[in-house]
Amino acid sequence: MANGTVAEKLPSAQAILEPSPTSLMLKRVFGHAGMTIGGGVLLSIFLVAVLAPLLAPHDPFSQDLTKRFVDPIWGAKGTWEHVLGTDGFGRDYLSRMMFGAQTSLLIGFSAMLISGILGTALGVAAGYFGGRVDMIITFIITTRLAMPVILVALVVVALIGSSLTIVIWVLGLLIWDRFAVVMRATTQQVRAMDYVAAAKALGCSTLRIILTEIMPNIVNALIVVATLEVAHAVLLEAALSFLGLGVQPPTPSWGLMVSEGKGMMFFKAWVIAIPGTALFMLVLCINLLGDGIRDVTAPENRN
Amino acid sequence: MLFYALKRFGVAILVALSVSVVTFSLLHVSGDPAAAMAGESASEEDIEYVRKHYGFDRPLPVQYADWAYRAMHGDFGQSIYLKRAVSGILAERAPTTMILGALALSFALILAIPLGVLAAMFPNTMIDRFALTIAVVGQALPSFFFALIMIIVFGVWLRWLPISGHSSWLNFIMPSIALGYYATPAIMRLTRAGMMDVMSSDYIRTARAKGLKPRVVLFKHALRNAIIPVVSLSAVQLGFMLGGSIVIEAIFSLNGRGSLAWQSIQRSDFEVMQAIVLTIATFYILLTFLADLLNAFLDPRIRVS
Repeated sequence: MANGTVAEKLPSAQAILEPSPTSLMLKRVFGHAGMTIGGGVLLSIFLVAVLAPLLAPHDPFSQDLTKRFVDPIWGAKGTWEHVLGTDGFGRDYLSRMMFGAQTSLLIGFSAMLISGILGTALGVAAGYFGGRVDMIITFIITTRLAMPVILVALVVVALIGSSLTIVIWVLGLLIWDRFAVVMRATTQQVRAMDYVAAAKALGCSTLRIILTEIMPNIVNALIVVATLEVAHAVLLEAALSFLGLGVQPPTPSWGLMVSEGKGMMFFKAWVIAIPGTALFMLVLCINLLGDGIRDVTAPENRN
Repeated sequence: MLFYALKRFGVAILVALSVSVVTFSLLHVSGDPAAAMAGESASEEDIEYVRKHYGFDRPLPVQYADWAYRAMHGDFGQSIYLKRAVSGILAERAPTTMILGALALSFALILAIPLGVLAAMFPNTMIDRFALTIAVVGQALPSFFFALIMIIVFGVWLRWLPISGHSSWLNFIMPSIALGYYATPAIMRLTRAGMMDVMSSDYIRTARAKGLKPRVVLFKHALRNAIIPVVSLSAVQLGFMLGGSIVIEAIFSLNGRGSLAWQSIQRSDFEVMQAIVLTIATFYILLTFLADLLNAFLDPRIRVS
């Protein structure tokens, strides 16, 4: 019987076993406050944007000039009908905010995809092949960095006209530099590994080595850059729209809403505070998520 | 050192050349620059006039060679709206933007370097967390929104600072902060990382073991080495600021190149736009070139490899 009591005190087989990699990863993710908060808020903004047609209390385009600049709910004359008030055309601010989230996220993700494909291709090619290829691509990156992004984007948009698609393409073709720089450095590190040499010795084709040996090992860095570039694109779109050369009215865009509210801001500060704060929160959460992914996946931080 | 400088100078010239090609082609992305410059309501004759007047009917390489040759001599053509030489307008607007850029960079450095040093000296304490929070918040705040908040708070509610114009130095306070804070996070992180790196090195341990005062170790031994990469970053950031000043100058009605760019876009004054893009890019190339030279001078390892 004494044996039984000893056995009860021993840890169970489950506890002795090492925790699985998945549970370790989940523990790290949820132990990282910034990442949990950033990811959580970002997910809710994303859901609101996707479900905007269902959630929005009003049509974001329908104007009512008798109800211009109605105060939001916390204001003196706020009503539940327009929780965040109305803008200068009497359009419901909450609905416009919801549809504006669509614009920001759509432009942010699409521009990131374009710049990501372009920048990764250039960066991996430069890092893998080295030598003359590296020299030429580094030169292209240097040239790109010398061009002032906002000014070039403004000139192009002013010349060929402005629309959602054009803004996405202009931003996408302009902000690939960070992808290229980071992917080049990461590829250079991975390229020197023994398993790449082994793949070469086995006679794998260059494409196969890049796709199956290099890519899986640089994908963490790629995800981190991609996250931060979504934030970059969102900020640039907001700045372009604020200057009147991004998304065109009446499309709801947070940057455009700040610009439209500028004339009223001395009397009703909430007109710019609501879209401005939303932009700030969105970019903050994307950045927190990106920093979180970096902290969680970086091998040197694992202990 | 001379070899490194010459090599670096050659690269700078090549980059400047390709930047000029890109800037030149910007005007042609729309297909027909004459139609774009003449505006939407222009008649066939108007477009034809603009095409002749600006020489858009010539072959592209000829146009580029002519434009680049004149640009090298400081001749950027005539402004279609102001009917004056572009170079004269640019020269008039340059001081405001230069002052704004210099003040913004100073603001960023004054805030970022002490914060970065403090964060590195007391890692994982409240000070470090505070510095990190400032960095994370700073990177997420849209500059135009920050500028408008400052206008409301300091210009209208408290009435401490003028909100537009460029009549006194007070006009430059808010724009410099609005332009400079965005560079703070990057400079701070680099200072912190550099200091952490240096503080754990052997020569700092030696300096401490010799019994030197902590102040001497910090400023004379550690900071001097940690600050080297910050020089390059500052040059890059100043270049970005000059490009990004368009938003800030438009908000504060500062009479610099940024607001000139902004007005020129609205007036379809593309000769001016081209000149602004080209001069800002050239200035950036010059800045990074000088920063690299300074770095090579400060850190002999760079010029050897």
